[in-house]
Amino acid sequence: MSDNNIPRTVPIQSATFTKEINAEIRRAAATGIYDIRGGGAKRKVPHFDDLLFLGASVSRYPLEGYREKCDTSVLLGTRFAKNPIKLDIPITIAGMSFGALSGPAKEALGRGASMAGTSTTTGDGGMTQEERGHSTQLVYQYLPSRYGMNPNDLRKADAIEIVVGQGAKPGGGGMLLGQKISDRVAEMRTLPKGIDQRSSCRHPDWTGPDDLEIKILELREITNGRIPIYVKIAGARPYFDTTLAIKAGADVVVLDGMQGGTAATQDVFIEHVGQPTLACIRPAVQALQDLGMHRKVQLVISGGIRTGADVAKAMALGADAVSIGTAAMIAIGDNDPKWESEYQKLGSTTGAYDDWHEGMDPAGITTQDPELMKRVDPVDAGRRLRNYLKVMTLEAQTIARACGHNHLHNLEPEDLCALTMEAAAMARVPLAGTDWYPGKAGF
Amino acid sequence: MQTYDLEANGLRGLNETLHAQSETTNQTVWEVVNPKGSHAIAVGLDAPIEVTVKGSTGYYCAGMNQQATIRVEGSAGPGVAENMMSGTVIIDGDASQYAGATGHGGLLVIKGNASSRCGISMKGIDIVVHGNIGHMSAFMAQAGNLVVCGDAGDALGDSLYEACLFVRGSVKSLGADCIEKELRPEHIEILKDLLDRAGADAKPEEFKRYGSARQLYNFDVDNAAAY
Repeated sequence: MSDNNIPRTVPIQSATFTKEINAEIRRAAATGIYDIRGGGAKRKVPHFDDLLFLGASVSRYPLEGYREKCDTSVLLGTRFAKNPIKLDIPITIAGMSFGALSGPAKEALGRGASMAGTSTTTGDGGMTQEERGHSTQLVYQYLPSRYGMNPNDLRKADAIEIVVGQGAKPGGGGMLLGQKISDRVAEMRTLPKGIDQRSSCRHPDWTGPDDLEIKILELREITNGRIPIYVKIAGARPYFDTTLAIKAGADVVVLDGMQGGTAATQDVFIEHVGQPTLACIRPAVQALQDLGMHRKVQLVISGGIRTGADVAKAMALGADAVSIGTAAMIAIGDNDPKWESEYQKLGSTTGAYDDWHEGMDPAGITTQDPELMKRVDPVDAGRRLRNYLKVMTLEAQTIARACGHNHLHNLEPEDLCALTMEAAAMARVPLAGTDWYPGKAGF
Repeated sequence: MQTYDLEANGLRGLNETLHAQSETTNQTVWEVVNPKGSHAIAVGLDAPIEVTVKGSTGYYCAGMNQQATIRVEGSAGPGVAENMMSGTVIIDGDASQYAGATGHGGLLVIKGNASSRCGISMKGIDIVVHGNIGHMSAFMAQAGNLVVCGDAGDALGDSLYEACLFVRGSVKSLGADCIEKELRPEHIEILKDLLDRAGADAKPEEFKRYGSARQLYNFDVDNAAAY
């Protein structure tokens, strides 16, 4: 047998050293800096797709789809605030900063949210006229950096959200690279133009839950107890963090899982710190229940909410509302295939583009480039966001009616089953076809 | 002069009353008695009034102040005058951690000593401390002036941006990217004005100036150890 005829093994790519890992090793070796990007965790983790609704049959009867009412309204901040936020739909727009996003993008978010009857949220860098002017209900984020923090804006807000953590980076701060520090962004943040702007990972004037209680007191005093105070936490230790936020006096707890996006932080942070959204909900609800505060302190869940099914599942697990960031950006045009050739010029492709920090976004959303941001028509983009929010609401209502509920809040864990052991354990709902989930007492 | 008994009438009543004062109010002079270390005294004011607190305060006294002149006849707890925008806050005694944190404007005068993280993330406020300041003061300070008539603790001005730091006494150590800089005539003028307004008995020429070396403004792998 000649050498040419000897059978050979085929080349095998390592499952450990994948093409993506090898590329990152080469990039790190060439640059000496960790990879910074936007977005949330891209790895596959147990998620709402691993849950199914059971629907109604003989044991429960459904509501008629187009005739019987299924309410979607929600009140946020009923615990202490004189003026809780009343939303028509339980889907809010998450905090995204002016700076990370362009002015037209912020305006579009405000327009879309307002038309749909929900709230939007500021971000690091303060409140802009675009979003206040176009948001009927605006939540003002109170962040560690305090960039643009201004008591006049605080008093204009409909709620305050104290940001303790973010799902993409529990325990970490952000990084807005110099390309995006335009004159206006620099002025709002009191920073030199063009520098790499770091956002602090913890608040400058308090540490720990006892201090947080006093900080909440101060903010209530400044606003005369008029508006709700939210506390946003990352999906780190949801039971204890929710417990402490409640004890500190939060009106609302916003809990952001690891699929929740960020404008810019280290990839290693996004992919390796924090828990999946699905794993966070039940411990947080348990904390609320243990303190007798479920439905008194509202729970808002964020991180990877995409469809009305996700909304319904989060609410069935005990959330009062959800919040969307990445999905809202997609709705107003982010990662749109019509810009594919330009994404490719940036070394990316539609759906994968996450170099939001570099300020070159062809869609004009995560940029401060005056020419690029002209591509966002805030009126049209706002309308698309409104449509998307309405579709999600209709989807959630469809499911709730099919489960026999006349309000989304009446969805319950008993409406669900899980497709995988992991999802069953995290959501504490039975594995499909069984009445068992891992960790359930007695099994 | 209006007198408010905090113990008898409560915190919310005090702040709501002070918030209700307009630019043209006739009730321009206020005295708060029995503060007894309460938190959030006289926060969020936005009128040209004078408030004197007759005793020591807890956290966040004079937080987010605008226009008002607030004097504490005692010592102040953590975060005094945090995020102040304008006006003047005077502490006759000592101040705890984070004094003047993230302040955007106005003048904070501390006649005693200030603890750690004085002027953290300051964004335009002027702070004059008659005594000493603790460690990590002016951390990530962005703008404004911090004047220390005594000594400064460890890691002064760590990760500093464009704030100016003036220290008359010793500095235990400088933080990352903070260096001593030349004290030029324009700085003497700034110091003279601030010392006068703060009633501090010190000569501008006795101070050293510290500022950012600006080496950490844009990431450089050769500076990785400093991050």
